[in-house]
Amino acid sequence: MGQTIWQSMQQKGYSRREFLQFCSAAAAMAGLSQSSIGQVVSAFETQTRPAVVWMHFQECTCCSESFIRASHPTVADVLFDVLSLNYTETLMAPAGFQAEKSLEDTIRDQAGKYIVLVEGSVPLAADGVYCMVGGKSAEAILQTVAKDAAAVVAWGNCASNGCVQSAKPNPTQATPIHKLVDKPVINVPGCPPIADVMMGIVTHLLVVGETPELDDTGRPREFYGRRVHDTCYRRANYDAGLFVEAWDDENARKGYCLFKMGCRGPVTYNACAVVKWNEGTSYPIQSGHGCIGCSEAGFWDNEPFYQHLPEVPGFGIESTADKVGGTLGLVTLAGVATHAVLTNIRKKSVIAEQHRDDPKE
Amino acid sequence: MSTPAIGAANARRSGHDQPSDYKRIYVWQFPVRLFHWATAASIVLLCITGFLIGHPLNAFYAAEAYHQYWFGWVRFVHFTAAFVLMAVQILRLYWAFAGNRYANWRHFLPLTRAQWEDIENLISTEISQIRKQERYHMGHNSLAATTYFVMFLAFLFQTATGLALYAHMSDARLTHIFNWIVPLLGGDAGVRFWHHLFLWAFVLFIIVHVYLVLYDDYVKGGGEISAMISGWKFKRNGNER
Ligand code: HEM
Ligand code: SF4
Ligand code: SF4
Repeated sequence: MGQTIWQSMQQKGYSRREFLQFCSAAAAMAGLSQSSIGQVVSAFETQTRPAVVWMHFQECTCCSESFIRASHPTVADVLFDVLSLNYTETLMAPAGFQAEKSLEDTIRDQAGKYIVLVEGSVPLAADGVYCMVGGKSAEAILQTVAKDAAAVVAWGNCASNGCVQSAKPNPTQATPIHKLVDKPVINVPGCPPIADVMMGIVTHLLVVGETPELDDTGRPREFYGRRVHDTCYRRANYDAGLFVEAWDDENARKGYCLFKMGCRGPVTYNACAVVKWNEGTSYPIQSGHGCIGCSEAGFWDNEPFYQHLPEVPGFGIESTADKVGGTLGLVTLAGVATHAVLTNIRKKSVIAEQHRDDPKE
Repeated sequence: MSTPAIGAANARRSGHDQPSDYKRIYVWQFPVRLFHWATAASIVLLCITGFLIGHPLNAFYAAEAYHQYWFGWVRFVHFTAAFVLMAVQILRLYWAFAGNRYANWRHFLPLTRAQWEDIENLISTEISQIRKQERYHMGHNSLAATTYFVMFLAFLFQTATGLALYAHMSDARLTHIFNWIVPLLGGDAGVRFWHHLFLWAFVLFIIVHVYLVLYDDYVKGGGEISAMISGWKFKRNGNER
């Protein structure tokens, strides 16, 4: 500790050339322009290695799994070398009291400088017994860790929105991080988030030293500013009105739009269609399956996934908005028709009454 | 006060009303009529195109996607009709303060006893047909006017949800004013769901509204339909409403 990034890289045997390559890659990932590479270089020559703690609460570790598969190995490797990852339950060498000690040391020695990355939601029900680490509840740990953090990042849908644990009826009262911490939280939703997006955000924090531009719900605009639908390569088929009607039909083979198969692209903000997954190999829609909206709040409750709209709550199974509305429409039509019949009967007597005194022809 | 229309004894006594018994009244001013028909046209278009956006049809075939754009046009019509609707609602809101007595905002909020009494009367006569003594209304009757206010609220909801969906396609700041509704409804998916569900509020309204207008013409001879075209209604002498 106390070393600058450049010093620690030199120690690990990186050449000056590799260091500069790393600086340009980092600048690109952080969304900076070519001309600011100089700034990055001087920052990395003077900044000390930032300490990072990675907390695991109620989650499945898919965010970590995603992160270690980032497709820019140089950046990924170097970032792990560059970062001083002082605590992370799944990857660190120490265990037990040793592990807890390194967390305590970081919080004490690096106060105001370390970065907290949180994976998973925090259960509040039953005083938080549903998720305890080292005898302490997730909430207590989160509050201790977040108090003196320079930045808090919520990895994935669990930490950003509660994800599957908070799906109705949310038995553990799983709560997203931003509802518990009273400082700005960078939400990086997705189940999991895209590795390169995660890397981009960490890089941004390191390089620029401040939070990237966030939207109303705390998501970095550069990755969550547009819907999957807006960047989807099948969009031309959508606008042309060419839709897949069944998974194995001719239209599916032709690669038409998956809207009618329940694709959530039109309501999902994520960079899948641009950054793609697994070293830019593909993304769900390219592989023939609709988006399920995994980066949106409450997406587990928007079932069924293979239908455009969710069911109307309280009306039982298979009650779509149109079935409920259509039934009400028919009832209304029937009511109106009955009224019309009654009115006609009545009108006869009215006409007869009006014309009773008319002279006979 | 009210002139009996159906089954009233005095109607029989006077036999046919003479032409001299009537006076022409200019009830629906031009802005009201413009509002009415622009609203009617845009709501019908919004309902049809909105339904199609929710349930796209494979209506036309093309070998290549770039050969056609019909679904894009459906959305374009939806958005255009939406802006026409919003514009005329604002016009009407202004006219509720600037227009004549029949256009005044007070009709639409049932705040007085007389209005509630009128609603009660309408329900027991025209709607349920229990009592027969019907009233003739020169402007809106209180039940209809209250319904229009409820539909205005439904319109506000469609505007809020619709603009929230529209905002990310537009840089215009004005379209972003309802973005706060997105988290409240559980993200874009929730917004679309509610926006779609409220389609049916308008369908129900159209069924009942069109029926009642026809009813009014058919039974009471009030000339509602022509009045919404010309603006004129006939007033029977001695009728105060
Ligand atoms: C009477 C009023 C309206 C009705 C009945 C209506 C109906 C609908 C329906 C049924 C949908 C399809 C939702 C779905 O299943 O995904 C829709 C979509 C939409 N509506 Fe409306 N709408 C109305 C007014 C408005 C207004 C005032 C706006 C404001 C701009 C608007 C903007 C939109 C947008 C942006 C979409 C999504 C289209 C897309 O993403 O392609 N609507 N509407
Ligand atoms: S496949 Fe999905 S994201 Fe792509 S254009 Fe169709 S609806 Fe939009
Ligand atoms: S396409 Fe949709 S469901 Fe799939 S990973 Fe991207 S955001 Fe998640």
